Amino acid sequence: MENLGWILLEASIKAFVILNIVLLGAAASVYLERKVSAAIQDRIGPNRVGPFGILQPFADVFKLFFKEDIVPQAADKLFHALAPVISLGVAIAVYAVIPFAHYVEINGVKYYLGIAPDVNIGFLFILAMTSVGVYGITLAGWSSNNKYSLMGGLRSSAQMISYELSMGLSLIGVVLISSSFSLNDIVLQQSGWKWNVFLQPLGFLIFLVSAFAETNRAPFDLPEAEPELVGGYNTEYSGMKFGMFFLAEYANMATSSAFITLLYFGGWQLPFPAEWLGLQEGSIGLALAQFTTFMIKVGIFVLFFIWVRWSIPRFRYDQLMNLGWKVLLPLSILNVILTSIGVLIFK
Amino acid sequence: MNISYFFFIILSVLAVASAIVTISTKHPIRSAIALVVHFFMLAGLYLTLNAQFVAVMQILVYAGAIMVLVVFVIMLLNLSKDQSFEKKITFNNFGGIVLAGTFGLAVIYAFINLHPEPTSFPSHNLNFTTVQVIGRSLFTNYIVQFEAIGLLLTAAIIGAVLLAKRKLM
Repeated sequence: MENLGWILLEASIKAFVILNIVLLGAAASVYLERKVSAAIQDRIGPNRVGPFGILQPFADVFKLFFKEDIVPQAADKLFHALAPVISLGVAIAVYAVIPFAHYVEINGVKYYLGIAPDVNIGFLFILAMTSVGVYGITLAGWSSNNKYSLMGGLRSSAQMISYELSMGLSLIGVVLISSSFSLNDIVLQQSGWKWNVFLQPLGFLIFLVSAFAETNRAPFDLPEAEPELVGGYNTEYSGMKFGMFFLAEYANMATSSAFITLLYFGGWQLPFPAEWLGLQEGSIGLALAQFTTFMIKVGIFVLFFIWVRWSIPRFRYDQLMNLGWKVLLPLSILNVILTSIGVLIFK
Repeated sequence: MNISYFFFIILSVLAVASAIVTISTKHPIRSAIALVVHFFMLAGLYLTLNAQFVAVMQILVYAGAIMVLVVFVIMLLNLSKDQSFEKKITFNNFGGIVLAGTFGLAVIYAFINLHPEPTSFPSHNLNFTTVQVIGRSLFTNYIVQFEAIGLLLTAAIIGAVLLAKRKLM
């Protein structure tokens, strides 16, 4: 039992740190989004709270905490309260298997940087969690008892079910190449610029488009299309319940970026041999360097997500479905076949 | 006390509780969500048996795909609380209760007479349930069954497309 206590303690400390990283990251991406959108639209953006408006997201969160929480009379109270919790919980649960760096060796004990980065189902776990994430939005739409919310919820579930298929199929290429579901194995296998994006350009493109659809980000943000649906599934939410949906959206964006980084861009692998820094495998310095590399890569993709949102107009709903079922799905099956042939010949 | 045993008790209590909620509530959405919770608990039980792949597939396929479709349909039909349950006991109801009770007694009798050995949980070094092992046995020992399921699924997909396309043809 003593062993169990230590395992639980280690996991709790890691979970606490990762939770803070995720929430701070979400706050940072909200700030980034506002600043980048301002730059794209030739505005200044937030510049009142703190230097360069850096504290704006925190001010927003405090504001949300103090707002009145309004629940519609006709709403299903239980699910109305549960939906944002599911959304945010699922978005954060994914980080249980994401490795932030390799490992730190202290007194001969290896500490992996991630709660469970080495489980042999890490990859499938993320897919499973994203597929469960639909419930948050669907239930929010249904329980509000509002036609706009319901339409938003239905659209989002249809969209996520459709794009999950091509997303999962496009990732099979990566699994075929690395022959493992463990995220650490997939990252280790990409050392020295052997990034999967070079071997899997088609799969990467399909995954990127599907990731936009899965996170309900523009140009696929049909579930919350303002001109037609007011606010979509979160129309009837206020206060911190709305804040949780908001945080979940940004956490999901960060998750997708982290997933793209891990699977296609070498994860925490440094862009040059570790010997150049003069650091040993397992030292704290190297782990810090890897962590920084990972964060920079994730940050670049978060920036990309934001850039796309403020550059490309929203799709029409039938265009979205056509793209998912008639273009991406056949392409992802083609990608699986091509990759299998390639693996058969070269391995 | 083993860690697996500890989790087994928590998960099985929650699994049974959510299963009871699934069949006892009259609210379709509540019932569906309770079933989702039940699937999660089952997945947790698979994890205590070191069957990670089965656990994740349970969530991915049942909770993530099938139940989403069920919830989707319930919401589209806008079903609310079902008021049409008969409160009075008819002959059919009574017969059903008697049969279910007999079956329940039979199951309990069978379990009591089993004298189950206290099984030990598989150690964490066992790898008989990893994806590689499952894949290998699917494509060697069980290839006929695997292909038969593939055929069945293909037929089901073609049937679904035909049903959906009937109006367009």
